[in-house]
Amino acid sequence: MTRKLLAAFVVALAVVAPAAASEQSPTLPELERELICPTCHELLAASTSPIAERMRAFIRGRIAAGDTKSEIKAKLVDQFGESVLAAPPKSGFNLLAWLLPLAGIVLAAGVVGYLAYRWSRGRRAEEDEEAASPSANGRFSPDPELERRLDEELARYDA
Amino acid sequence: MPGRLRIALQAAAVLVVALLLALLGWQVFKKDNGPDLGRPAPNFTLPHLSSDQDVSLASFRGKVVVLNFWASWCGPCKDEAPLLESAWNRYKDKGVVVLGVDAQDFDVDAQRFVDRAGITYPIVRDKHGSTLGHYGVTGFPETWFVDPQGKLVGEHVAGPLTEEALERNIKIALGEPA
Repeated sequence: MTRKLLAAFVVALAVVAPAAASEQSPTLPELERELICPTCHELLAASTSPIAERMRAFIRGRIAAGDTKSEIKAKLVDQFGESVLAAPPKSGFNLLAWLLPLAGIVLAAGVVGYLAYRWSRGRRAEEDEEAASPSANGRFSPDPELERRLDEELARYDA
Repeated sequence: MPGRLRIALQAAAVLVVALLLALLGWQVFKKDNGPDLGRPAPNFTLPHLSSDQDVSLASFRGKVVVLNFWASWCGPCKDEAPLLESAWNRYKDKGVVVLGVDAQDFDVDAQRFVDRAGITYPIVRDKHGSTLGHYGVTGFPETWFVDPQGKLVGEHVAGPLTEEALERNIKIALGEPA
C-alpha cells in the first residue's frame, strides 16, 4: 500500500513539476506554440510576418524581465485580444470549448454502452426463447414445417 | 424502441449533421468584403491611442471622415502618414476629419509611430480587431471615405493612398466637383 502511494506521488510530481517550471520560467519556443499570429492566424512558431517577429521580441524581453508564462500571455491578450491564444482560456464562456468535447465523448460512450446492452440483452432473450422450445428429439428446430418435410423425406428413403 | 421514435431520432441526427455542414460551408465560403459604398458606415466606439477617452465614428456626423486603417509595422503606412497629415491640416477647417484606426499592433509601437511621423489627427486603437471585420479590412493600409450624412462614398482604397486619390475622394465626400 505504501509503495503504491509512493508511486502515485512520484507520478504526480513528474506531471506537475515540469508544468510549474514552465509557468515560472517559460521559453520562447513553448510560448510560440501557444500563441497565434494576429495577422496570418497561424501559430506564432510558423509565422514570419512582421508582427510575429515583433511579438517574439516582446516575449524575449518579458522572459528576460522575469515574467511568468501567464503574465506574458495576459499582456499579449491585452494588446491583441483573446484570439491571440491558440487554446481558449479555461474560464467563463470559453470553458464550454473544453467541456463540450468531454461531454460529447461521455454522451457517445453512454449511447454506445446502451446500444451494446440492448443488443446483448436481445441476443440473450433469443437464446432463452430457443432453449425454451426444443423439438421432439431434443434438438433445436428453427421451422416445424421444415422438420415435417425432412421426416417425410427420411420415411420415403427408408421405405 | 418504437419505430416512430427511431425515425424521429434519425431525422434529428440528419438535421444536426446538415446544420453543421451548412455552418462549415458558410464559414469556409463567406466573403467578408466589408460594407457597400453608398451604405451607412458601420459605427464603432474605440479608445483613443493617447488618452483614456473613447471616440465614436458617429460623433463626427456632419463632417467628412477619412477613415484610415493602419499598423506601425506596415511599410506603406509610413509613406502614407505624411499625406494624411497634410490633408488633415489643409481640410480640418472645412469640416474634414482624418481618423486613424490602429490594429494588430502594440500600443507602444503605435505611439512611437505617431510621434515619429508627427501625426496630429486622432488615432484610435482597435485592440481586438472588431472594426477590421465590420469594414472587411484584409491588410494595411486601407482607407474609406465617409460623407457628412455618415455614408460611405467615393472609393474604398485597399492599399497605399496617392495624393490624387486622397484629394479626389475628399472632394467627392464634401460634395464638391472632383
